Amino acid sequence: MNAPEKPLKTRFDTVGKPRRRVDGRAKTIGQQRFADDLALPRMLHAKLARSPHAHAAIESVDVSRAQAHRGVHLVLTGADFPIPYGIMPVSQDEYPLARERVRFVGDPVAAVIAVDEQTAAEALDLIEVKYRPLPTIASPEEGLAKPEPRIHDYGEQGNIHRNQAYEFGDVEEALARSDHVFEDLFFYEGNTHLPLEQQASLASIEGDGKLLLQTSTQNPHYLHRQLGRVLQMPTAHIRVMAIANGGGFGGKCDPGNHEFVVSKAALVLGRPVKICLTREEVFYQHRGRHPVLMKFRTGVTKDGRLTAMHLQTLLDGGAYGSHGPASTFYTGVLTPVSYELPRFKFEACRVFTNKPACGPKRGHGTPQPRFGQEVQLDKIAHALGLDPAEMRLKMLTKPDSLTASWLRIGSTGLGECIEKAVEMSGWKARRGKLGPGRGLGLACSAYMCGAGVSIYWNKLPHSAVQLLLDRSGQVTVYCGATEIGQGSDDVLAGLTAEALGIDPVSVRVVTGDTGITPIDLGSYSSRVTIMMGNAALQAAARVRDLLANAAAEALDTLPDRIAFSQERVFAVEDAAKSMSFVEAVAAAEAKFGTIASVGSYAPPKPPGKFKGAGVGPSPAYSFTACVLETEVDPATGWVTVPKIWIAHDIGRALNPVLARGQVIGSVYMGLGEALMEEQAFRRLPPKLSSALVHRNPSMLDYKSLTHMDMPEVEVALIEDPDPNCPYGAKEAGQGPLLPVMPALANAIHDAVGVRIDEVPITPDKVLAALAKKAKGEVPRVGPERFPAVPYPEPTFVLPPWEGGDGNELKGRKAA
Amino acid sequence: MSASTNATERAQARDPAAARRNVCLRLRVNGEELEAYVAPYKTLLEVLREDLGLTGTKHGCELGECGACAVLIDGAPVLSCLELAVQCEERDIQTIEGLARGTELHPLQAAFADLGGSQCGYCTSGMVMTAKALLDADPAPSRERIKEALSGNICRCTGYQQIWESVEEAARVLRAEKSEAKP
Ligand code: FES
Ligand code: FES
Repeated sequence: MNAPEKPLKTRFDTVGKPRRRVDGRAKTIGQQRFADDLALPRMLHAKLARSPHAHAAIESVDVSRAQAHRGVHLVLTGADFPIPYGIMPVSQDEYPLARERVRFVGDPVAAVIAVDEQTAAEALDLIEVKYRPLPTIASPEEGLAKPEPRIHDYGEQGNIHRNQAYEFGDVEEALARSDHVFEDLFFYEGNTHLPLEQQASLASIEGDGKLLLQTSTQNPHYLHRQLGRVLQMPTAHIRVMAIANGGGFGGKCDPGNHEFVVSKAALVLGRPVKICLTREEVFYQHRGRHPVLMKFRTGVTKDGRLTAMHLQTLLDGGAYGSHGPASTFYTGVLTPVSYELPRFKFEACRVFTNKPACGPKRGHGTPQPRFGQEVQLDKIAHALGLDPAEMRLKMLTKPDSLTASWLRIGSTGLGECIEKAVEMSGWKARRGKLGPGRGLGLACSAYMCGAGVSIYWNKLPHSAVQLLLDRSGQVTVYCGATEIGQGSDDVLAGLTAEALGIDPVSVRVVTGDTGITPIDLGSYSSRVTIMMGNAALQAAARVRDLLANAAAEALDTLPDRIAFSQERVFAVEDAAKSMSFVEAVAAAEAKFGTIASVGSYAPPKPPGKFKGAGVGPSPAYSFTACVLETEVDPATGWVTVPKIWIAHDIGRALNPVLARGQVIGSVYMGLGEALMEEQAFRRLPPKLSSALVHRNPSMLDYKSLTHMDMPEVEVALIEDPDPNCPYGAKEAGQGPLLPVMPALANAIHDAVGVRIDEVPITPDKVLAALAKKAKGEVPRVGPERFPAVPYPEPTFVLPPWEGGDGNELKGRKAA
Repeated sequence: MSASTNATERAQARDPAAARRNVCLRLRVNGEELEAYVAPYKTLLEVLREDLGLTGTKHGCELGECGACAVLIDGAPVLSCLELAVQCEERDIQTIEGLARGTELHPLQAAFADLGGSQCGYCTSGMVMTAKALLDADPAPSRERIKEALSGNICRCTGYQQIWESVEEAARVLRAEKSEAKP
């Protein structure tokens, strides 16, 4: 069922041609509807009351005055929601409204539904909540040191949420044999998605009595399941429509408290209820980049080949589980994908803290270790006197190979990416020769094309597509995939059109609606192009067979001699034997009845068989290489970036305009993280309950790149089609973010000879490092110590080349 | 402060509900005279979106920080979230809905759609309207000038580069149209 179309098509009508995206018109004339643009007759408005404490027991909630306020229709509290939820089955630890405990400043405790937002906001002030403040935990180090009070009564122990360890081959033994062992600490500060659209949701009861939730979500399917659970309703009575998102970047993956609140309110009141979060609330909803402390111990031979790596990570999870179990894995599992690494040990620990929950942001858990890995490689190259580009080229993973950790690499264009980035940037001629304060840095990365395993365990397809054709020639394609700006509707229309030989604008696209469209798991993990695309090609191949059969009869040829191109259906040997696509559909409908088909896709089974082998496998991996130029002002520490060159192995660019846009957009977001974006907190004095408050919950104070800060980016798309992907197309939305942060750190070293082992790289850190350099101290700013983390005994698995079979080797570990 | 404002304030002090009482507003939007009966504290953004159904204008902060809500008032870009609607009477308001020429896209809209200037599209209305004010004033802006003019408009998707390319392309098309128009 999963075989993509073979042999790979090589001549295309649509694929590879720059085109206006199918939703481009609506978006530029103001006609694209986002969730807050929707309105219904008799619609009411909801607002959430949020905790002013970072950690407190709720002693009582009195809503009587709010309830009595004029214009208020309903007040909901935690008592209305007895069932918890969470995106992952193993962390169902959130309630739509807090019941006994609040865990961060901004945790919702009550909701008011009123005639308008103004009235609802007034009534919020009338809600009286009595809190008993509890000690707060600000960092994972503090959480490890203070197991009590526990933020949650589940998890590994104390305030540790997740704790895990894997070892692929005996790492200490390999390190002891290595010519050199490099040990480095890195820290990556948290940051947030900051989608331009604030989350909004509109719940209503449809004419048939069923619940409809129209909402800015990236994952309508997972939300649908959680709604059924929390509202105790059959999911068939709930319809979730993912309205086109005004940017997601992972921030709209988790079900949001507000989505349950408006749904419940609509069910109680029988009227439509809408909410739109304020920008400040979006910072509390968060689910963004985890702050991660990392320790790398890496063995190398004297000619610069890796022998083994021991990676330890410590994640600041915030107050709830969210995607945390997966995030914890992702701080390590993709590390061996880009370079040959004979042995690998990876320990990771996620600790609860009293701050908004962290979760998946573009690159999900992998930008942090990628930063450390690529900066450390730069240090190794310098220490060994090697060119960082050459050193990497000599140790690339091979196509169709396994990693020590049992991930299957399919196609890889990383070598070509490095060569291209080196060529475009003039790396060889310019590195180290740009003059004082100027430098070039190089870094690479790899990313998944979709998670190999779904968030909840099942054997079902990950994506499904339904095609419906009628005698007018209209082609309608249905899929649960969610348009978040990345262009998934355009991918769906483009692939369907290519397979049927018609124009993409002839295809009507219906997506992201659990009431109408077949399943797609959601817009996360760069999975949509690959999974939805393969499903679409399968569905298209099935209707094409019907059309070819009917057309062959009419054109007096054989079905396998029929070709589809430019809205025509014809015999390959004699193009005069032809009919229009519309005629072919009518002929097929006359012969077979209504023409429709379905297609679906599930990724291949992961090669690893040990427990935990499900995180990291992917049908394919994308690869990227980046060179970045910088100028450092030694007087102020100010860092400017005049130019970035990036080569991305995309397999095949379906619509190059969109592919290039994804790459540049990723570079932008990565550079923002590298230079300035941070979700930081400050502790108030004890008399204010030691609350941990967000330092900058506004767009003005949360710094991000403007037009003025953004350098020019030169993009090369490397096209090496991957057989697991639709027409060979891999992802482009996340991978190209990853090399930017380490490329900046490496460029700063090239420019002024200091190491900033910490993100963001702000002028104060650069100045501090320059001051150390001037004093003859180690010219480095970054974390100085890694705490003692009680990691568990590792799951030990032998790498494929040491006779392993992908299972855990129990009872080993005498060493 | 005018006497009438003071009178309003005094009336509100006596009766807080007075601040909520709707007022009748006449606005000229995209060349049309429109009437709305709205709460006096509402911003132009809210009146456009909630009372006039013109949801093409977006919001990302409602605090003047993101540029998503930009519209043109008397030809100049203005953040509609910071403007009280009652102050906009007698002024010429242009929103994204008024830009296309019938079903034909304005060159800025066409360029944004064709060249990747719009990804999620949420910043697009504010970006396009701000760019329109720029091109009205300067038909051949340098890239630096484009960046400056748009610097108050945040986009989280595109990385801006395809926006600059879109504005440059639209400028070329508009200049060509102009030179064709005068033979
Ligand atoms: S909504 Fe007006 S500037 Fe953000
Ligand atoms: S296109 Fe999404 S914010 Fe600009």
